[in-house]
Amino acid sequence: MTSLLNPSRPPVFCPGCSHERSLHVLDKAFQDLELRPEDVVIVSDIGCSGLFDVFFHTHAFHGLHGRALTYAAGIKMARPHLKVVVTMGDGGLGIGGAHLLAACRRNVDLTLLVLNNFNFGMTGGQFSCTTPPSARVGSGFLNELEHPMDVCRVAAAAGAPFVVRRSVFDPDLRQKLVEALEYPGFSIVDVWGGCPGRYMKKNPLPPKELEGLVEAAGRWDGVVQENAREEYRSAYALKMGNATPAPIPQGTEPSFEAALSEPFGVVLLGAAGERVISAGNLLAEAALRGGLHVTQKNDYNITVMRGPSITEVLLSPQPIVFPGIEDPAVIVALASDGVARRKDLFAAAEERTLVIRAADVDIPSCRARCLDVDFKAAGIGKKDRALASLVLIARTAGIFSVDQILQALRQTAPEKLHPAMEEVLHKAAALAETCRG
Amino acid sequence: MGRILMDGNEAVVRGALYAGCRFFAGYPITPASSILSGMLEALPPTGGIVMQGEDEIASIGYCLGASMAGLKAMTATSGPGISLYSENISFAIGSEIPLVIVNVMRQGPSTGAATRGADGDVHFMRWGNSGGLPVIVLAPTCAADCFSLTAHAFNLAERFRCPVFVASNKEIGMTRETVDLDALERPPAIGRTIHREGDYLPFAAQGPDGVPAFLPIGGDVPVRQTSSMHGPDGYITTDPQVMQTLVERLKNKVEAHADEFSFHELDVQEGARTLIVSYGVTARAARAAVARLRDRGTRVSLLVLKTLWPVPERVIREAAEEADRVLVVEMNLGQVVHEVRRVVCTKRVDFFGLMCGRLIRPSEIVQEVCRD
Ligand code: SF4
Repeated sequence: MTSLLNPSRPPVFCPGCSHERSLHVLDKAFQDLELRPEDVVIVSDIGCSGLFDVFFHTHAFHGLHGRALTYAAGIKMARPHLKVVVTMGDGGLGIGGAHLLAACRRNVDLTLLVLNNFNFGMTGGQFSCTTPPSARVGSGFLNELEHPMDVCRVAAAAGAPFVVRRSVFDPDLRQKLVEALEYPGFSIVDVWGGCPGRYMKKNPLPPKELEGLVEAAGRWDGVVQENAREEYRSAYALKMGNATPAPIPQGTEPSFEAALSEPFGVVLLGAAGERVISAGNLLAEAALRGGLHVTQKNDYNITVMRGPSITEVLLSPQPIVFPGIEDPAVIVALASDGVARRKDLFAAAEERTLVIRAADVDIPSCRARCLDVDFKAAGIGKKDRALASLVLIARTAGIFSVDQILQALRQTAPEKLHPAMEEVLHKAAALAETCRG
Repeated sequence: MGRILMDGNEAVVRGALYAGCRFFAGYPITPASSILSGMLEALPPTGGIVMQGEDEIASIGYCLGASMAGLKAMTATSGPGISLYSENISFAIGSEIPLVIVNVMRQGPSTGAATRGADGDVHFMRWGNSGGLPVIVLAPTCAADCFSLTAHAFNLAERFRCPVFVASNKEIGMTRETVDLDALERPPAIGRTIHREGDYLPFAAQGPDGVPAFLPIGGDVPVRQTSSMHGPDGYITTDPQVMQTLVERLKNKVEAHADEFSFHELDVQEGARTLIVSYGVTARAARAAVARLRDRGTRVSLLVLKTLWPVPERVIREAAEEADRVLVVEMNLGQVVHEVRRVVCTKRVDFFGLMCGRLIRPSEIVQEVCRD
């Protein structure tokens, strides 16, 4: 069995630092498992524990404070065969709290060593998330006001399936590290130790006392039964293997020639739930099939089920340079929410603009021509008005026929929706007849 | 192949797949979320990995790990997410980790207006890292550009081992438009240079602008990666000479090659004394404005920048040669304009910009040109 310690970089910690002991125990555990340098990556955090990657001649990844678990997860997802070992102190634990919780919940096969010495050693002995309130540390009275975190209880509550707590002097730490490294899932080993360089200057911590503290906090021995489950990367592989690749959408060749010589902007002003965006999509698809160029912009509130829903569709026989609609040909007022959001359109409307107004929607006075439409009387419900308005637009502008819209619908909408949507389009066609002139 | 309706975010996904992206991680944020969902649909079924991070810091962290393990990686976010990416962007620059970062910009500052576009992060992308070393920023004007510039972004990230931004905008990312699939520019996909022979020093590079050859973490040869100042061997150093050599190389490897990827479109009109400079979706308003101005007999030239960083100095200088006046139009309160001023020095440089959440209109640019 060969040591994985780096012959060219012997460890340099303060004399008596417990990190050095942890380092050697970890190396012994690697030897017990007969791991080779290329089988292991040490992902180290910041602080004195962040030196670990240097002292092994394995793969090494040293990054930013608190983020070691994130790099480790990326590496493990990409290289599932690697033994990925993360070393961090209680400092990294605190700053990277969100990542610890995520690692416990996610259960990627990583081994996390928390080299817990109750303070920030490297930066001057400030208090950390595990400093006892009674300790005297480099942060004045601040640690007296905060409750230290029990890493193991937090990890178990967050779903970690393998949790160990030991003092660095515990004779079975080596065995526990072996078990943690072998465990197929996220394992966390909370190793309590002393920092003679800083913490222990004012807080003596002889081995016996440390053992007593671990005893009092509770030893954790490994598998947390209620959290045992399939490892994330293996579960992921299973899902991957079963998924069917989404077809990459291919282009559509024009199937008819739309009757349009100038850019033509349509704005549908509706409300959430009225399928305004879907109607815009269909208009765009019909135009695509008619050989036109299209841009489509949608506007809706972040609250998905309420407020205005607006789609702006610009059709043009030439490639579209500017994707905004400066001068809409048609504004469709379907709901007051949408009208209120875009009052500016009515103020700017010219005589040549056509406003198609649902009979129950008020619009600001404007110079545009107005076509009032009683959707309700035609048996067209609120959810179908936007779709129906496409027929009115097509008829008044003569760009495409109802059949051509129907064709686009059949090619792009889910099949089970076809009968209902076709019925709306037919009703709208009848309605368009009555609206003429 | 014909034409297809697609928005800029879908085009980014398609471009990433085309370029050989195998790893994506992101955190949901308007207006970039549909890149996450698009990648999730496309990548895992073909053996790639997509992760949703617990936050943006984690998302980019996963990408850095996966990239060092040898996968082509991408993440996508918007301004508030770029803020959280910052420390890891510095890491990717300093430790030469290839990564594509899509920033679908939204109106700011801060959480700003999530559903409104702007180009307010131009300097933020360049300078939002500790140490101030260069990144590459490409700016699409439309969905077709989103495809090809994402593909270029991967190639540049791999070639130079550095983070490369695709600086999109809500108005591009979430605007659907017809794209001619036959006309898409498809740059051949390249990968990072792999170390083949001899002892491996992870940061040894040839010359003052060289890029180190790559070996993955998890391969047969142990590889060191570190965010700390390091020598060619990947061990921490405080040797001033080694440090200066490294930071200068990190700068040179990108900036000395800027002319090779100064993507742009230059539309010169004979005798024009005014040059408009624009980029992103605003460049489209500028193109429309230029057509109108020429129709009415006003002579004007247009430079559309598609590489924003490193500043394409030669392109700007040459485009402005004949001009007495340069008008820079941006969807912010003035960012690229400072670079243009720096480059053209003695010429008059005017600025027009808005950051109110709506597109700058061609008519407004026409007016600014005529204001002369
Ligand atoms: S400061 Fe503390 S943790 Fe750091 S090396 Fe010294 S004793 Fe160890």
